[in-house]
Amino acid sequence: MHTFYVTLKYTAVTLWSMFVIAPFLWALSTSFKDFNSVTSGATYIPWVDFEPTLEGWRVLLRSPAQGGVNIVEPYLNSIFVTCFASLISIALGTLAAYALSRFTFKAGFIRNDDITFFFISQRIMPPVVLAIPFFIMLGKLGLLDTLFGLVMVYVVLLMPIAVWIMVDFFNKVPIEIDETALIDGCNPYQAFYKVVLPNSIPGMVVAGLFCMIFGWTDFFFAFILTFTEVQLLPVAIVSLNSSITPWWSLSAAALVSVAPLIVVAFIVERYLSKGNLSGALK
Amino acid sequence: MSLRASHLTLNRENEFYLNDVSFEMLPGKIYTIIGRTLSGKTTLLKTIAGLITQDSGELLFNGSNFDAIPVWKRQVAMVYQQFINYPHLNVYENVAFPLKQRKILATEIDKRVKQALDQVGLIGFEKRKIQALSGGQQQRVALARSLVKDANILLLDEPLVNLDYKLREQLREEFKKIFNSKASENAILIYSTTDPVEAMQLGGEILVMDEGRILQQASAKEIYENPKTTKVAEITNDPAMNLFSGNIVGGKVILNSTIQLNLPAHFLELPNGAYTFGLRASGITLDKPGFPFQVELAEISGSETFLHLGQEEIHVVGLLDAVKNFDIGETVSACFDIEKLYAFGSDGNLMSSPYGGLN
Repeated sequence: MHTFYVTLKYTAVTLWSMFVIAPFLWALSTSFKDFNSVTSGATYIPWVDFEPTLEGWRVLLRSPAQGGVNIVEPYLNSIFVTCFASLISIALGTLAAYALSRFTFKAGFIRNDDITFFFISQRIMPPVVLAIPFFIMLGKLGLLDTLFGLVMVYVVLLMPIAVWIMVDFFNKVPIEIDETALIDGCNPYQAFYKVVLPNSIPGMVVAGLFCMIFGWTDFFFAFILTFTEVQLLPVAIVSLNSSITPWWSLSAAALVSVAPLIVVAFIVERYLSKGNLSGALK
Repeated sequence: MSLRASHLTLNRENEFYLNDVSFEMLPGKIYTIIGRTLSGKTTLLKTIAGLITQDSGELLFNGSNFDAIPVWKRQVAMVYQQFINYPHLNVYENVAFPLKQRKILATEIDKRVKQALDQVGLIGFEKRKIQALSGGQQQRVALARSLVKDANILLLDEPLVNLDYKLREQLREEFKKIFNSKASENAILIYSTTDPVEAMQLGGEILVMDEGRILQQASAKEIYENPKTTKVAEITNDPAMNLFSGNIVGGKVILNSTIQLNLPAHFLELPNGAYTFGLRASGITLDKPGFPFQVELAEISGSETFLHLGQEEIHVVGLLDAVKNFDIGETVSACFDIEKLYAFGSDGNLMSSPYGGLN
C-alpha cells in the first residue's frame, strides 16, 4: 500500500511538473523554428523533427530598419523602471507599513485598517480608471513618454502591494522586539533600522518579488503612457506582431522576458523559505 | 538610590491599568509583584521602563524625575515572558548589543559578555543562532543581555512562565542565585509573577496587585502570615485560600448548620457577628474526625493530593500529604484546623490572623 501511494505521489508530481515546464520547452523549441517548421504541424525535437535556426532570436537584436525589433533598449528600460519603482515602493511601503502596524492613527472615523484598505483599494480599481488621470497628470508635468514618469506611475501602482504585504508581516513581528531595542539603548530610528529592518528582510523580499512581477509584466500603462521616446519590453514584444504572427521570435522574446523573473526567484528563494523570526518569539 | 512611584494612574477606555500606585523601592532587594493576569503587572513594569507613560502621578529615581528620561537613556533592563531576542544576531551579538549601543570598548564588551554568558551557563554557545536554541536557552540569552548592562533597575516580567515545569524549577533556582548576586551589586530587581509559590520562594518584598492597584506591600513572610484582605489571601496562595461566610456566636464559629467550630484563641477578641473566614488548603485534612464532605475532585500534585470538597453551599480545597485516589461523590470526614483560621470583616479586611496580625 505504501509503495502504491509513493508511486501515485511521484506520478502526480511528475505530471504537474510536465504541465508547468511544457510551455517553456514548447516556447524554447518554437524559438528555434522558422515559418515552415511552425506551420507544417506539430514538431518537437530539433534536428530530428525540424532544422533549427537562430532567425527568431536574431530578429530581437536587429534594428527595425533591418526588419527586426531591437529589444535591447526596451529590455534595459524595463529593468530600470521595474527595479527603481520596486525599490522606491519597498522603501516607502515598508515605512508606511511599519507606522500602520505600530502606531494608532485616528482622523474622524478613519483608523489604521481604513488607511491600509485605502492603499489596497488602489489595486482594486480597474487600471483604465487610473489611465486618464495619469495621462493628464504626466502630460501637465511634461513626463509623458519618459522613464521618470513611468517610475512615478509604477510606484503608485506597486506601493499598495508593498504596504499590504509588509503590514501583515510587521503585525506578526512582536512589538516586544522594538521595545527591547529601545530598552537596550536604541532610539526609535535605531530600533527600526538596527533591529526591525534586518528582521524584516524575508517580508521585504516577498513584497519586492511581487512588485517586480507586477511591474515587469505590466503592458497597459507602459502602452498608454509612452509613444516613441521610451518603450518597455511588453510593448516591444507586442510590436513584433504583424500580419503573419512570427511565433519563433515571439517565443524567443517571451523566454527573454521571463528570464529575469526566474533568476530573481532563484536568488530570493532562500529568503522566502527562511522563517527568520522564529527565534524572536517562541 | 531609590525608585519611588507616587499615585501612578493609567486609564484607557474607562479601564484602570494602574490605579493610584505608590511605592518605594531600594537597591539590594528583590521586589516581586504578584497578581493575576491583567492585574497591571506588565503595565507597571513597562511604565518603570518608560515604554508606557502614565496619565498622572510621577516616578522618581534618586529623587529626580524619571519620566523626563526617554527609554533608551534609562539605566533599565527588562526580560519578557516571551523569549525576546534579536533573531538576526547570534548569542554573542545579542548579549553584546546593549553595550555596543553605549559605544563601550570592544575589549570591555568581550569581557562583560563572557562574564554574563558564564553567569547564565551559556559559555560555548556564543556563535549559535538564536533559532538553534531551546526555549530555556533563549530565555538565558535574554537574561544575559539584561545582566550585561549593569542596569540600576532590572525588570523581569514572568520570565519563567513559558517554560515547562522541570525547566522552570531548574531556572528558578539558578535565577535566584543570579538575582541575589545582582541585588548585592545595589541594583533594584523587580520580578513579576502570577505564581504564589514562585513569589514566596524568591523571598524579598512582595507587592500584591489587582485591577491596577497595589493591595499590599510587605515581606514574603508578612504577606503569608497576615494577608491584608481576602483578595490578597486568594492571590498569594496556591490553591487560593478557602473563604467561607459565617458567624461568631456564643463562643463558636458557625459556618452552617453542620459545621460549627470552637472559637480559636486568636478570635477571642472578636465581637459576635458576621465574618468571612479563611483557611489554607493545608488547614483542611482528613487525618482527624471532622465534618462530612463529598469529594468533588481529587488532584494529585507531586507527592500531595488536593481534594475539592463540598457540603451544601460550602466548597473547600483540602490538602493530603500523600497520593491517594478518591471516587467522585465519596463521603469523607474533613477536619478544619481552627488554629490556622483567619477572620476577615465584611469589607474583606483582615480582622484576626493566627500569626497575630491585624489590619
